[in-house]
Amino acid sequence: MNNTVLESQPDLLVDYDRGAQGDLRTEELLINMGPQHPSTHGVLRIVLRTDGEMVLEAIPHIGYLHRCAEKIGENIQPFQFIPYTDRMDYLAGMNNNQGFALAVERLCGIEVPERAQVIRVIFAELNRIASHLVSLGTYGLDMGAFTAFLYCFREREMILDMFEAACGARLTYSYITVGGVHDDLPDGWIERCGEFLDYFEPKIDDYNNLLSFNQIFVKRTSRVGVISIEDAIAYGTTGPMLRGSGLRWDLRKTQPYDGYETYDFEVPIAYPAGVNGVPDGVIVGDCWSRYYVRVLEMTQSVRIIRQAMDKLPEGPTEAPKLKNLKLPDDEVYVEVENPRGQLGFYVRGDGSTIPARVKARGPSFCNLSITTKVCQDVLLADIPAIIGSIDVVMGEVDR
Amino acid sequence: MTPEDIFKLLAGEFSDAVEGTTAEGGHPYITIKPQAWPEVASFLRQDARLRLNLLRSITALDLLADDQLVCVYDLMHVPTDSPAALITHTFEFAVRIVTDRTSPQIPSVAHVWPAADWHEREAFDLMGIHFSNHPDLRRILCTDDWVGHPLRKDYEFPLEYHGIPATTEFELTNPRH
Repeated sequence: MNNTVLESQPDLLVDYDRGAQGDLRTEELLINMGPQHPSTHGVLRIVLRTDGEMVLEAIPHIGYLHRCAEKIGENIQPFQFIPYTDRMDYLAGMNNNQGFALAVERLCGIEVPERAQVIRVIFAELNRIASHLVSLGTYGLDMGAFTAFLYCFREREMILDMFEAACGARLTYSYITVGGVHDDLPDGWIERCGEFLDYFEPKIDDYNNLLSFNQIFVKRTSRVGVISIEDAIAYGTTGPMLRGSGLRWDLRKTQPYDGYETYDFEVPIAYPAGVNGVPDGVIVGDCWSRYYVRVLEMTQSVRIIRQAMDKLPEGPTEAPKLKNLKLPDDEVYVEVENPRGQLGFYVRGDGSTIPARVKARGPSFCNLSITTKVCQDVLLADIPAIIGSIDVVMGEVDR
Repeated sequence: MTPEDIFKLLAGEFSDAVEGTTAEGGHPYITIKPQAWPEVASFLRQDARLRLNLLRSITALDLLADDQLVCVYDLMHVPTDSPAALITHTFEFAVRIVTDRTSPQIPSVAHVWPAADWHEREAFDLMGIHFSNHPDLRRILCTDDWVGHPLRKDYEFPLEYHGIPATTEFELTNPRH
């Protein structure tokens, strides 16, 4: 509050050290943010304990989208469960399909044909770009920058069109399935994908000019919601959240799957202000760092897709004889690098065709659990900045 | 560190706490007695040889035939010594805690890994395992007044909720009237 204005009315002058004087009194107020709120990206409800503009405590309440997908997984065959994984992280359906397919393959010892592996990598990385485009665009919206959103969705639309050409669906693909991918690529798809990449790569500079290095955006997001590496690991946050805190950690490098070890790519992390073109005011681990890691990851995904298209071998796209697959009396826990972090699937078989237990570890679920820790004593206007930088998808949090 | 190395290390440090080890199969794990779990968890987290600092997931299992509930803790080592260098090496480990079905009780490890807070709430909500000393043990995904724990194998699907009738797949194919 501006004290100079109030000096003409000394009764109203607030001495913050001694509390309110005169008729002004401050008291804590509980505010419900959500479950229907544009900047909570879905049905997330956060109860804020506020004192004026300050948020003293933020407690997330989740479960509004709970469908108990794990119980469904215990009653149907793995092939039938693939469509349910789409609906967890609905912005990265391909990556979710891949995670569950890998878990079942490892449990049953299924060898995936090489062509299928390369197609999986292409689609997983395309979906990573599409997911990050939504993340960038909506984050801009949250911060009041409308333009970048339209540009991001224009390019995402092209990716969705390519997905539709390959599998017929635009959001819930079920394309990557146990043992491979369920259809081969249509004629001319690879050329179309190459054209898209040539078109898309220069667009990343547009996003940077429109949003990343926009002074207003940088001021809104830098030095806000800083997470240290130790806190990030302690709360189980992974993916761009952990890399945004400055740790060069990526499951595609540490525990490669589907042949990621054969691709040459870098793992981008956050840098302090002044290094590698990072604007002034940014510190490692803040909202801007997490945002910018996603921008850099898109460039790397383009690199991976180019290499995959070059080496795409001929051959079958699905492992043979998988009908009525019997799951052995064993268990596996497999994690993949989703656009949002480490997506884990625990699958346990008991000798029948139906799993005894399916458990999904959604990266957004763990990433969101750090909210209370980060949103302590921050300004009310910073809450959308922090929530947006976590990039939650409620379908996956609630499962 | 391979799982066998960690088995040996834990057997040496906590010989009384180890109930058994399973090295074969797709998911090697050690079974720890519930009462010793917080102490073992702190060791796994802090020991310089292990530093299993990332709690990836807590999976609750219902072994109806054995009359047991089980929690599987999946842990991972994330090296943080030189964060800007590309990390290519890691190892993972899994711990099982077994408890009985009638009064399931496992000590909380939310003070060791803050990530366990929400995972334990989920296991409490969906499987009905009570985590003692948990800072805030409430349901997390179901509503507070939900009856039963959906992931139990003998869970009975509710036929109504606050006056809202529910249909099961069985009823859709076999109407009541």
